[in-house]
Amino acid sequence: MSRLYVARDARVAARSLDGEMMIMSGRDSTLFTLNRTATILWQAADGITPLDEIVDREICADFDVDPDVALEDAEALARDLAAHEILKISDQPITLKNAGETQ
Amino acid sequence: MSHLLQEVVAKAQKLNVPLNVHLDLTYRCNERCVHCYLDHDDHGEMTTAEIKHLLEEMADAGVFILTLSGGEIFVRKDLFEILEHARKLMFCVKLKTNAVLIREREAKRLKELAVESVQISIYSHRPEVHDAITLLPGSFKRSLDAIRLLKSHGMKVIIGNVLMTQNMHDYPSLRALAAEMGAECTIDPTITPMMDGNRAPLSLGVSNSALQEVFRDKSLVGNVEEFCAMPAQAGEDDLEATPCSAGHTACYVSPYGDVFPCVQFPLPTGNVRRQRFVDIWRHSDQMKEVRSIRLKDLPTCSHCTHVANCTRCPGLAFMEGNMRGPSTQDCEKSFARTGAPSANMLAKRRAAPNLVQIRMLPAAMANVSA
Repeated sequence: MSRLYVARDARVAARSLDGEMMIMSGRDSTLFTLNRTATILWQAADGITPLDEIVDREICADFDVDPDVALEDAEALARDLAAHEILKISDQPITLKNAGETQ
Repeated sequence: MSHLLQEVVAKAQKLNVPLNVHLDLTYRCNERCVHCYLDHDDHGEMTTAEIKHLLEEMADAGVFILTLSGGEIFVRKDLFEILEHARKLMFCVKLKTNAVLIREREAKRLKELAVESVQISIYSHRPEVHDAITLLPGSFKRSLDAIRLLKSHGMKVIIGNVLMTQNMHDYPSLRALAAEMGAECTIDPTITPMMDGNRAPLSLGVSNSALQEVFRDKSLVGNVEEFCAMPAQAGEDDLEATPCSAGHTACYVSPYGDVFPCVQFPLPTGNVRRQRFVDIWRHSDQMKEVRSIRLKDLPTCSHCTHVANCTRCPGLAFMEGNMRGPSTQDCEKSFARTGAPSANMLAKRRAAPNLVQIRMLPAAMANVSA
């Protein structure tokens, strides 16, 4: 199974409010708020750490959760955020150079 | 405002977070609008480094929406350096400009930087009317060219129109022009005194009968009957509400680093050259005072028919002499909307001298005595 890489979309505006991210889409100015777990994933989305490692390191270490379920949920979240163009996802590490070529 | 944004604002207010900051980068301007409240000299603007440092402090304090305005922001040669830094800090950046200096290069860069929106001042669909307000010949054409350029790059553009005696009847055609260009259009009948207290610009404000016309324009307000209905009596919850976002989730920073509750509320609360932004926001006595005021605390307005849905601006009230007092311009708006005089208007009428003077003129007296 290929690994999933996630990176924050550079066009969004974002700020943490009491531990939860407010994110405004760069596409249409739609506002989103992420809960604390989603916020952890979003903040760790550096484009070079695979999603399974982020889940393992940031979620499973701190929350009492089944790792497979956590990864499944994280992937669903990442695809959802990517559909709103606030996160980029790829099966390759995402660098500035190839950021424009990802979904 | 969307439900989610309302929730975010309520949460920010509860946590005392300055969600929204209006930062004027300069008061210098290439236009000389007849209604402008600013002087256009540079009295010591913050440097690039000072502004970048301020942006970092504001991001740390939780500021999310950053409106950059002036003066004319494009007269600052470091504008794009500031914008790049602001976007690196992930602010939602909104710009206010006359757009006269926006060309292809600038439009392209604004798009690349994912600036959220650009508000551009246009006062009429007629070039001669617009240029007579800005006092810059050719400004209408240049601003409109810029709007078209920005739209061609897919940017959100908002035309900001201030209603004055000179352009009162032009707004329907201006709105049509905006729609044709794919821009939004806002209309504001508020004219503010100059920052030094000079009230001369107020003479440009539209008359009450003209305001009544505007408030009965279905294309602007939707359901006219609902919009102009007499307000329901205020309940206890209404009176516990705060007057507006100034000092609660929003504030203003001048090009010289002075912090105020709002751009229309010239109550100095501190200066970012001497204090940290967050310390001014959290601890200044003036901010705390503004923050403490509830509608029930307003001596005249709390008893007013309009209290629950008045647009009362505490800054305009402050400029009239009392931040807890009425803002006459907003009393006039409530009156134009509903036909019901405000408590402030009624009090002024009671205090006014009787204009019917039953007294003989000296000449008449002479005739009588003859």
